[in-house]
Amino acid sequence: MIGALAILLGLQLLGEVAVQVSGLPIPGPVVGMVLLFIILRWRESLPDALRATAETLLSHLSLLFIPAGVGIIQHGTRLADEWLALLAAMVLSTLITVVVTALVMQWVIRRQRGAHRHG
Amino acid sequence: MDKNLLTDIWVYLAASPLLWLSVTLMVYLAGHWLFRRSGGRAWFNPVALSMALLTAILLLTGTPYAVYFQGAQFIHFLLGPATVALAVPLYLHWSRVRQLFLPIVIGLLVGSLTAIISAIGLAWLLGGSPRTLLSLVPKSVTTPVAMGIAEKIGGIPSLTAVIVILTGVVGAVAAPALLDILRIRDDAVKGFAIGVAAHGIGTARALQISSMAGAFAGLAIGLNALLTVLLAPLIVRLLHLTP
Repeated sequence: MIGALAILLGLQLLGEVAVQVSGLPIPGPVVGMVLLFIILRWRESLPDALRATAETLLSHLSLLFIPAGVGIIQHGTRLADEWLALLAAMVLSTLITVVVTALVMQWVIRRQRGAHRHG
Repeated sequence: MDKNLLTDIWVYLAASPLLWLSVTLMVYLAGHWLFRRSGGRAWFNPVALSMALLTAILLLTGTPYAVYFQGAQFIHFLLGPATVALAVPLYLHWSRVRQLFLPIVIGLLVGSLTAIISAIGLAWLLGGSPRTLLSLVPKSVTTPVAMGIAEKIGGIPSLTAVIVILTGVVGAVAAPALLDILRIRDDAVKGFAIGVAAHGIGTARALQISSMAGAFAGLAIGLNALLTVLLAPLIVRLLHLTP
C-alpha cells in the first residue's frame, strides 16, 4: 500500500514538475494520471497493491471533496444575494449537460453501428 | 467536570489539526452510514449531508474556515493522488474506450460546451453578477483544476470550489434517475455523461453503478478538465466577460 501511494504521489509530483517546466495550462494531477496510464499500458500489467490502493481511494472519492465544500460558509452574502442565479446554473445546467452528453453519445454510437451494418 | 479544564481542552484541540481532521472523517462516516441505511437513496448524498453538518458545527462553535481547513487539508490533499489513480479503471476498460473513440470525442466537445454555456447563460438571465458568472464557467470540472481556471479568468476560486461541489452533488443525486428516464442502458454512456457534468462526485456515484461506468466517468473528468482549460479563456473573451 505504501509502495502504491509512493507511485501515485511520485507521478503527481512528476506531473506538477512537467507543468511548471512546460508552462502548459494543464493541472499536475491530470498529467500524473496520463503518465500512470502510459506506464500501465506499456508494462501491460497492473500490480495488485496498486489496484487495491487505487480502488480504496476511488471508492471514497466523495470524502475528498468535503473540505473544499465546507468553504460554502465563506460565501454567505453572495449566496444570499444571488441564490436564484446560482441555483439555476448548478441544477438546470447540470441536468441539461447530463442529458445532452448522453443523447449525443448514444446517437453517435447508433450511427456507427448502422454504418457497420450497411457498410 | 471543571469548566476551566473543558475550556483548556477545547483551546488545545481547536489549535491542532487533529480535531477538524477527525471530525471531518467521523461526519463523513456518519453520512455514509445514513446513505447506506437509506438503501443507497440518492437524496441521502454523503457529501451534501456532511457539508451541511460540518457547516452547522463550525457556525455553532464559531470556528473560522481557515482553522477548519488546517485540519481538513490532509483530506483535501488526497484529491491529487486520487486523480492520478483514475488511470487504473481507465486501464482496466481501455478496450471499450478505444471502441468508443468517436462517441467520446463528440460527446465530450458537446457536453463541455453545454456545461459552460448553459451555466453562464442561466445565471446571466437571472441577474448573476459578472464575478459569479466567471466563477461558474468551470463548474463541471474537478475541484483543483476548476479553482485554477477560475483564478485565471477572474472568478473567485473558493466560490468556484463550492459551486463545483454542489454541481457534483446535483449530478450524483439526479443523473442516474435521469439517464433511466432517457432509457440509456449503456454503462459507458451513463458514466461518461455523469463524469462530464458532475466530475468526481458524479464519478463516486458512477462507480456504484458499475466499474465500467466509473471508468468512463473518470475518463470524462480528465478529458473535460483538459478541454475546459483550453475553452474557458476563449469563451470568456468571446462573450466579453470581465470581473
